[in-house]
Amino acid sequence: MSTPIVRIEGLSKRFGAFVAIDGVSLAVDEGEVLCIIGPSGAGKSTLIRCINRLEEADEGRIVVDGVAVDDDCDLAAVRADVGMVFQSFNLFAHRCVLDNITLAPMRVRGRSRAEAEAAARELLQRVGLGDHATKRPAQLSGGQQQRVAIARALAMEPRVLLFDEPTSALDPEMVGEVLDVMRDLAGSGVTMIVVTHEMEFARQVADRVVFMDGGRVVEAGSPEAIFDTPREARTQSFLRALGSGPNGARSSVQAGAGQETP
Amino acid sequence: MGFVETFLNWDVFLRSLPLLLTGLKVTALLGGVSIVAGLILGLATALLRLYGLAPLRLLARVCIDVLRSVPILVLLIVVYYALPFVGLRLSPFMSAAVTLSLVSAAYTAEIFRAGIEAVPRGQFEASQALGLSFRHTLQDVVLPQAIRVVTPALTNNSINVIKDTALASVVAMPDLLKQATQAQALEANPTPLIVAALIYVAFLWPLLLLVGRLEQRMATAR
Repeated sequence: MSTPIVRIEGLSKRFGAFVAIDGVSLAVDEGEVLCIIGPSGAGKSTLIRCINRLEEADEGRIVVDGVAVDDDCDLAAVRADVGMVFQSFNLFAHRCVLDNITLAPMRVRGRSRAEAEAAARELLQRVGLGDHATKRPAQLSGGQQQRVAIARALAMEPRVLLFDEPTSALDPEMVGEVLDVMRDLAGSGVTMIVVTHEMEFARQVADRVVFMDGGRVVEAGSPEAIFDTPREARTQSFLRALGSGPNGARSSVQAGAGQETP
Repeated sequence: MGFVETFLNWDVFLRSLPLLLTGLKVTALLGGVSIVAGLILGLATALLRLYGLAPLRLLARVCIDVLRSVPILVLLIVVYYALPFVGLRLSPFMSAAVTLSLVSAAYTAEIFRAGIEAVPRGQFEASQALGLSFRHTLQDVVLPQAIRVVTPALTNNSINVIKDTALASVVAMPDLLKQATQAQALEANPTPLIVAALIYVAFLWPLLLLVGRLEQRMATAR
């Protein structure tokens, strides 16, 4: 195995009295697809938001591509190499699709407009939105917006891509198109850390699945190990509640219908 | 004397018109200078108030609140009659321009602050996550969206600045109102005053309609 591209050591984060992350250590290798699952409030989103320092951890260390993400680091440079896709897309509302994608490569990477636009059009083709370059985000469906957001993140050629519940804000019929793009990315060797409630996606695409609860990593392992033979009682009960565990009707779990309880 | 002869006297109107037009020029210049200076100073103050170091944030806040609480006329008279005692002698135009710019800047700062705070948090986070610098985050993402939101309020504030230019007549600045009162004294007839009032309305009414249009467009754009 290569050296990890993201290393998290003993990370803790509190919001007032609430402990969001409680001593988490985790390493993600280059090219790995890591899915983080767990109940709401488990600290999943907070954890990946610490990686690019949208949240500041109280204790512990994060190293991205050999650079410690701390007070002294060049944070903008770290963030340029760490792409992020948000639950609510967060496209720049006043700019067209193409400008959304070219802004950061031009401003941060110093690309020319021509270079940035050529790359952006290629990425739009890749996410299946080649015809939408001049539209405003508000003219697109949620699924289309999220695919633009993925293209925007990819345009920076990041070393690792963070996904913060990328399909949770989508109407069920749009979940599939976004997951398809992500599946395609995973196949192309992009390092991905994905916080998700899509258990089928995690099972099919992840190299490794991490189950978090109460701010801690309860269990980590291959998708088969987590979904078919979970060791911890909390993992078992979480998966049972979703109907995704070894005793659940696996095939009945449709994309976006993860909340259904038996 | 009849009503028309008294208040809308044609001969008086023609005789006083050149004077009124020179006054209008001064009013327009003072209004324009104060609006532009107020916008620039107001934006700078808003950014200081939001993102400056703690002592500067406090200073910006105190300045904004003081300028919003002091009557403009009082500030103008202080600037014109009191500052000379510390060796700062400003012309009537400069006194009025400084006063109006400062007050406008205070209101503008609050308008910009509200506009920036209305930009969703996710827009900041997306910019940060892409590695955009603070400057580019503001310049390319936040301010364009904030300015769109606050354009009606800024236009409204500009109308107020133009109306407040009339206060400058008390420090003997030859603006539209001052020229009108002078013409009225000269002619012993109030027609110039009525004409001056009509000129103010003729200039500001279209701006009011513009504010309404802008607000409507924003409401439908949402």
